[in-house]
Amino acid sequence: MTYATKSPWVIHYDGSSCNGCDIEVLAALCPGFDVERFGIINTGNPKHADIFLVTGSVNERNIDVVKEIYNQMVEPKVVIACGICACSAGIFHDCYNVIGGVDQAIPVDVYAPGCAVRPEAIIDAVVQGLGILEEKSKALQAQKKGA
Amino acid sequence: MGKATVIPFGPQHPVLPEPLHLDLVVEDEKVIEAVPQIGFIHRGLEKLVETRDYNQFIYVAERICGICAFGHSMGYAETVEKLMGVEIPERAEYLRVIWHELSRIHSHVLWMGLAADAFGYESLFMHCWRLRERVLDIFEKTTGGRVIFSVVKVGGVVRDIDDAMFAEIKRVLEGIKDDYKQLCGAFLNDSSVKNRTVGVGYISPEDAFGLSMVGPFARASNVNNDVRCLGNGGYGKLSDFQPVLDTQGDCYARVKVRALEVLQSIDIIEEMIAKIPAGDIAVDVKGSPAAGAEAANLVEQPRGECYYYARGNGSKYLERMRMRTPTSQNLAGMATALAGCDLADVNMIVLTIDPCISCTER
Repeated sequence: MTYATKSPWVIHYDGSSCNGCDIEVLAALCPGFDVERFGIINTGNPKHADIFLVTGSVNERNIDVVKEIYNQMVEPKVVIACGICACSAGIFHDCYNVIGGVDQAIPVDVYAPGCAVRPEAIIDAVVQGLGILEEKSKALQAQKKGA
Repeated sequence: MGKATVIPFGPQHPVLPEPLHLDLVVEDEKVIEAVPQIGFIHRGLEKLVETRDYNQFIYVAERICGICAFGHSMGYAETVEKLMGVEIPERAEYLRVIWHELSRIHSHVLWMGLAADAFGYESLFMHCWRLRERVLDIFEKTTGGRVIFSVVKVGGVVRDIDDAMFAEIKRVLEGIKDDYKQLCGAFLNDSSVKNRTVGVGYISPEDAFGLSMVGPFARASNVNNDVRCLGNGGYGKLSDFQPVLDTQGDCYARVKVRALEVLQSIDIIEEMIAKIPAGDIAVDVKGSPAAGAEAANLVEQPRGECYYYARGNGSKYLERMRMRTPTSQNLAGMATALAGCDLADVNMIVLTIDPCISCTER
């Protein structure tokens, strides 16, 4: 991918993360890493978002919330699992209240590992996610033309 | 009076990065009751002591919360050291205090940024987080991690800081101080900020004491419960320590207490760097905690007093590890402060207790 046709808006939800990845997601948006200069904005509304950044694993209590936010997002959408807890539940994999990574609840497109995930890794994952978003939107358009 | 309506707040809410759910019972624009619901982040990590030995559990303890990570690893290590009767070298105590106070600076500046975001002052939020990056750079240079350091072990610390690095830390903190004072000016003197904070979410000293509130939330209501005064570990070596207190008890006072605590932490670090003795940074710890041995410990986290309790069973695995974290103490105070406030002030009041939900639910 050489250029992006749009600046994606992201929505962030903290599954059962320890905050470490959450503040790194925010740090990636803030000065220092500053992806907002590319028009990437953190939105609170799932209907405005293109990319869903999930941190932390899913448990019985929040699995419905994660699914709900995913379902409210408009197609095309990309899910990025930020941090090792979101990828595979990491150090907490054998806790009694942890089901597993976010892929147990919703389909995940990009995995960004790390404990805590570094802002560089999140930015890298978002860039990968942009490519996937582009492909998904092309597939969606082709589908519409076909119909 | 209108009819009472219940408005859900969270778990996914733009003002808080963490999932906290509140049922706000609202009449017209006034909140008459706020009922917190928790459990979205519960992992059950206290039970992991059964499958991780006391050296391994330090990495779990660190991941209770990513903001106060260092405080939790230090608090856990101190508890196990008390349990086993281990004396750690003096240099390690100093290094722990230096990292812990740096964590406090990073936590408070992070919080001030989020508070600025809560009252809609986004450029101030960005300025706070830019300042915070400089503290994180110190962490990265001295420990290798930005938020999770893994630098404490039972018996001391893993890494030393050399004199050149101490000089660098002092230089960076000196630079932060000037920029930070400008930010403080915006928080404490700006009339648009004051309109959102002065007189909002008042808690009286009696309530603060009665609801066992801890940390800056209680200190803003003139309740001195700063456990750094007890002089545990390296804090005993400080020449003079006076907690920051305020009598106003509103959101403005809570902002002010945290703002002043950052300057106090910078002074503590400078004093520690000037006084740090040479020597080892860790002792070898052998054996395991005796069966039935018990230890308790208090640490002043950025959000307030955190209590640790451990019991041994003669093996490498602890019988029980328990933490009572500051936010779980403060939730009752938050619900009290929310009762009677305007709906628009809810996010400001929720933020001024500096909620750390992953600490609360573990």
